[in-house]
Amino acid sequence: MSAPQRLPAGGRIDREVMLGFTFDGIAYTGHPGDTLASALLANGVRQVATSIRLGRPRGIVAADVTDSNALVQVEEPFPEPMLLATSIELYQGLAAHGLPGQGRLAGQPDPARYDAVHAHCDLLVIGAGPAGISAALTAARAGARVLLVDEQPATGGSLTGSGDRLAGRPATEWVSGVLGELAGYPDARVLTRTTAFGCYDDGYVLAVQRRTVHLGAAAPRHLSRQRIWRIRARHVILATGAHERPVAFADNDRPGIMLAGAARSYLHRHGVLAGREVVLFTTNDSAYPAALDLADAGAQVLAVADARQQPPPGWAARCRRRGIYVRAGQVVTGTTGTDRVTGAVLAPRDGGPSVAGQTLPCDLLLVSGGWNPAVHLLCQAGGKLRFDPAIHAFVPAPSPGWLSPAGAVSGDLTLPGALTGGEAAARGALGRLGIKVPAPLAHPAADTEPAVTQSTALWSVPGADGWQQSAFVDHQRDVTVSDVLRATRAGLRSAEHVKRYTTIGTAHDQGKTSGILALGILAETLGADLAELGPTSFRPPYSPVAFAALAGRDRGELFDPVRGTAIHPWHAAHGAVFEDVGQWKRPRCYPRPGESMEQATARECRAVRGGVGLMDGSTLGKIDVQGPDSGVLLDRIYTNLMSSLKVGSARYGVMCGVDGMVIDDGTVARLAENRFLLTTTTGNAARILDWMEEWLQTEWPGLRVSLTSVTEHWATFPLAGPRSRDVLRAAAPHLDVSNAAFPFMSWRNAMIAGVPGWVARISFSGELAYEVNVTAWHAQAVWDSLLEAGQLFGITPYGTEAMHVLRAEKGYPIIGQDTDGTQTPHDLGLSWAVSTKKSDFIGKRSFTRAANQRADRKHLVGLLPVDPAALLPEGSHVVTAAEIPEPPVPMLGHVTSSYRSAALGRTFALALVRSGRDRIGQTLYVPLADTVMPVTVTDSVLYDKEGARRDG
Amino acid sequence: MQLISCPWCGPREESEFRHGGQAHRPYPADPAALSDEQWGHYVFVQPNPAGPRPERWQHAAGCRRWFNALRDTATHRVLAVYRPGGPTPETR
Repeated sequence: MSAPQRLPAGGRIDREVMLGFTFDGIAYTGHPGDTLASALLANGVRQVATSIRLGRPRGIVAADVTDSNALVQVEEPFPEPMLLATSIELYQGLAAHGLPGQGRLAGQPDPARYDAVHAHCDLLVIGAGPAGISAALTAARAGARVLLVDEQPATGGSLTGSGDRLAGRPATEWVSGVLGELAGYPDARVLTRTTAFGCYDDGYVLAVQRRTVHLGAAAPRHLSRQRIWRIRARHVILATGAHERPVAFADNDRPGIMLAGAARSYLHRHGVLAGREVVLFTTNDSAYPAALDLADAGAQVLAVADARQQPPPGWAARCRRRGIYVRAGQVVTGTTGTDRVTGAVLAPRDGGPSVAGQTLPCDLLLVSGGWNPAVHLLCQAGGKLRFDPAIHAFVPAPSPGWLSPAGAVSGDLTLPGALTGGEAAARGALGRLGIKVPAPLAHPAADTEPAVTQSTALWSVPGADGWQQSAFVDHQRDVTVSDVLRATRAGLRSAEHVKRYTTIGTAHDQGKTSGILALGILAETLGADLAELGPTSFRPPYSPVAFAALAGRDRGELFDPVRGTAIHPWHAAHGAVFEDVGQWKRPRCYPRPGESMEQATARECRAVRGGVGLMDGSTLGKIDVQGPDSGVLLDRIYTNLMSSLKVGSARYGVMCGVDGMVIDDGTVARLAENRFLLTTTTGNAARILDWMEEWLQTEWPGLRVSLTSVTEHWATFPLAGPRSRDVLRAAAPHLDVSNAAFPFMSWRNAMIAGVPGWVARISFSGELAYEVNVTAWHAQAVWDSLLEAGQLFGITPYGTEAMHVLRAEKGYPIIGQDTDGTQTPHDLGLSWAVSTKKSDFIGKRSFTRAANQRADRKHLVGLLPVDPAALLPEGSHVVTAAEIPEPPVPMLGHVTSSYRSAALGRTFALALVRSGRDRIGQTLYVPLADTVMPVTVTDSVLYDKEGARRDG
Repeated sequence: MQLISCPWCGPREESEFRHGGQAHRPYPADPAALSDEQWGHYVFVQPNPAGPRPERWQHAAGCRRWFNALRDTATHRVLAVYRPGGPTPETR
C-alpha cells in the first residue's frame, strides 16, 4: 500500500518495518517512528475528526501535544478515549477513529498495570531539547544527581524536527553524542516518553511515563503500562521550549491548515510532506525555514504572506533564490474548501474590508502567529510572567529560587541561546546547591542564520462580512472571534471571565494555543493592554493524564489497607459476613446454611441472652498509659474520675472535646499504680491517641506519661451471657470467678487455656460478661479453647450486628452512630459519668454554657413503633404530628439506631429527640416515603432496666 | 506540596504533617473563672489573619512530635518552624 505523502527518503522512521493500523475502519500502514498523526498525513488523510458543536471537518494542526483538533478514540488493544493523534506512537494493530470532541470510556476494567515511583535528584531537567541537554550535561559533569525527562520518544526536542545543524553536522548527531556521555554518569538518568505534568512547591514534580503504551498489544504484561514519577528535586530547570500559535481568520479550521513548525516537524521526523502546494502565512521569521525546507523536499511553495511590511531581508533573499514569492504586508483573510483546504485568500493587511483578496489554490496552508514559551509548569509552581513585546508573548518573570527557565521557554527562541541558556541555568543551579561548577562547555556552533527581526502581533484578521463567525479561536470548543465579541458586549472585561463565558481554553488542550489568541482579541476589542490583562491561570495537569495512571496500584484490593484481627481466617472459614469498620473487617454475623442475616443475628442475640456467646472484639482501640502522672492525665481527659481507680478495677469513661461534646467512650482499667489500659471505639482508636498526645505534648508537657497504642497487641474476646461464668471457669480453672472474688468492673490476671492473659468483667450487653485478653500470638488457640469449653453450654460466636442489638436494648450509645458531635454526656443520659468533684476536665467549662443548658436539647431516647413489626430506617426524621404540614417541617430529631429485638419480641429504635426525656410516653411520628409511622417515646434502656442480669 | 522542616527530623513532605490550629493559645489556667463569653472565645474563635500566623503542627507520619510553625495563610508557605516553648521567629 502506498502512502502518497511519504517522501522516498528522510525522517527518523524505520522504513524496513511496516506497521498495519486502521483509522475510521480503513486499513493503512506506517512505520516505527510514526505517530498516528504522521501516518495519517503520510496516507493523505486530511480530516481526522469533526468539531464538537458545529460538526465541521477538522484535521491535524500541530505535531505535538498542542494540537487542538485531532482527537481520536483508540479501540485496540484497549479502548481509550480523547487521545491526540499527534501523541499516539504508531504500533501494529492500532485501531482508532476520529472523535467529535467527546470519547467513550471503556466498559470493562483496564487490564494493564499502572504504578508509581518516587525519585530524588539534585537537578531535574524538564525537556530534552538543546537547552535541556546542555543543562543536563553541565550538571552531570559536575557529578550532580540529574534526571532529564522528555515527553517525546526520542531526545533532541526541536532539533529532531528542524533539520538544524551544529558544528556542520546534523544537530541530532550532537544529541546522540551528549546522550552517550550522559549514559556514562551513574547519577544521570534520562526518561523519554515522560511528561512532567504537574509542578508544585519546593521542586516537587509529577511526571507520567508511557512505558509500554507504544507497544500496543505486544506490551509485556508484567510491565506497568504507565508510571507516575513523584520527583522531589533540589532544583528544577525548565527547558520546555515554546509552542507555535495560530491566527484567527475566516475558515481557519479547515483540514490542511497547519502550524508552520508542525509541517517542518513532519518532514524531518517522519519524512512526510503535509502538502504539495503550500501557502505560508506568518507574523515572524520562523515560517521561513519551513518554507525553504518544504520547497527543498519537493513542495511547491506558492507564497509566503508576511504580515509585516518589512519581511526579514536575509530570509527574503533566500526565498527569492528559491523562487518563493514573499508577499510583504499581506495576510490570509479566508480560505476555500469543504473537507479540506483548497485555497487561501490573501489581501493586504491594512487594505480594509473593501479590498477583495486574491485566492491562491493550495492544499496546505501553514500559519505561524509567533511562539508562546511553554510556561505552564512554571506558573503551576507559582512563577510569575511578564509580557515580552519582542515576541508578543508571556515569558517568565523571576521564579521561585529552585526553578530556572532555560532556552525558548525563557523567551530566547534561538538555538545558540538555548545551548548557552541551558548551561547557564545549570551553572546557576549548581552554585545554589553548593556543587562545584565544572569547566564551561564548548558549545558546537550553530549554522549561521539570518538575524532575527522583530515579529508583529496579530491575533485575528478581519475578512469578508461575517468573518468573525468562522474565525475560530478555540477549535475544540468551536469558539470564534464572534463569541469573544459577544462576551465583551455582555460586559465582561477580565480574561478569566471571558474564558468561562466562552469556554475558551476549557477543553482537552486547556488553551495551549487558543488562550493567547483570546487574550489578544480581548485586548484589542477593549483597547486594553494585553500585558495587564494577563493570561488565565495554568493548572495541572499540563496535558491529560489517565485516571488509571494516577490511581496506579491503589485500586481494587490495594485501594486501602485491610485490617483483619488475629483470628480473621477463622471468621472467614466459619461463614462470617464481614462489615467494614474503618479499615477493619469485622464479622457482622455468622449465618448458617439457609439462614438470612436477620435470622442469624436473632439467633446470636438469643444465645447471648439465654446462654453464652463469644465475639471477637479485638478491634477495640487500646491505649497503654504509663507513667507517674497517668492518673492526672486521665482525670483531665475523661469526664469522670479515673485516678481513684484501684489496681484491679475498671471504669466506664466518657471523653469530651473542649466544647463539651462527647467524642468517645470506653473503659479504663488500672493495671498498676502507674499504668492504665484504656479502650476506645474501634473507629476512633487513632484519633483518641492523637487527641491525648496533642494535649500531653502541647498543653501539659510536664506530665510524666507515655502513651502507646496496643490495639493489635491484645486480642479481646467478649464472653457474654448467663453461662459465661461457667465457660470461663472451665477455660481458666485457676481463676476464682465467683461474683465476690471477681465483681463487675474489675479485672484479673489469669491463665486462660494455659495462656497468660487478663480478664475484665465488662459488659456491653447487660448480661454477665467477661472480656478475655491475650496477646495476639495466642489468640487463635485461646479462641478455640473458649469455644471448646463452651460447647457444653451451646456457646455461639456472635458478630457486630448482634452486639449492636444487645447494646441498644440496654440503651448504650455508640459514639459516632448515636451521636454526631453535638451531644453532651447529659444529652445521652450519661450524667452519672460526669464528675462533679473534679475542679476541671476537658469540656467541663462548656457544660454550664447557656446553649448546653437549654431544655430543648436533643436527648437520646428509645422509640417503639406502634406497629411492633415496623422497622424504622436509621436516619429517619421524627416529627410531632401525623399530618405533615407544608415545608419547612419542624424536626424533633432523627433515628440513630433501629433493630429487631429477639428479647423484646418487637422492633425498637434509639433516637435523638428534642427534649426527648420530657416526651417519654408521648406518641411522635416518623414520616417515611409513603407512610407516617407512629412511635412511642420511651427511656433509652429497654431491657433489664434494673440491671438484674449483670451478675449472672 | 511543600517541604516542611520538622525541628526533630528535618525537611519532610507536607503530607507527613498534620495542622493543629493557632499556636500560643494556651488552655486557660482556670476555665471556671472565665465568663461564658471569654470561654466561648477560647473554644470557638481563632484569629485568622491574612499573612504569617503561628500555628501548631504535628509530624504525624514521622516522629509524631508537635511543634510550632509560622505559616503565611495567604501563600500557604511555612516560613519558619520552632519547638514548643521556643521563641517565635521574626516574621519576614
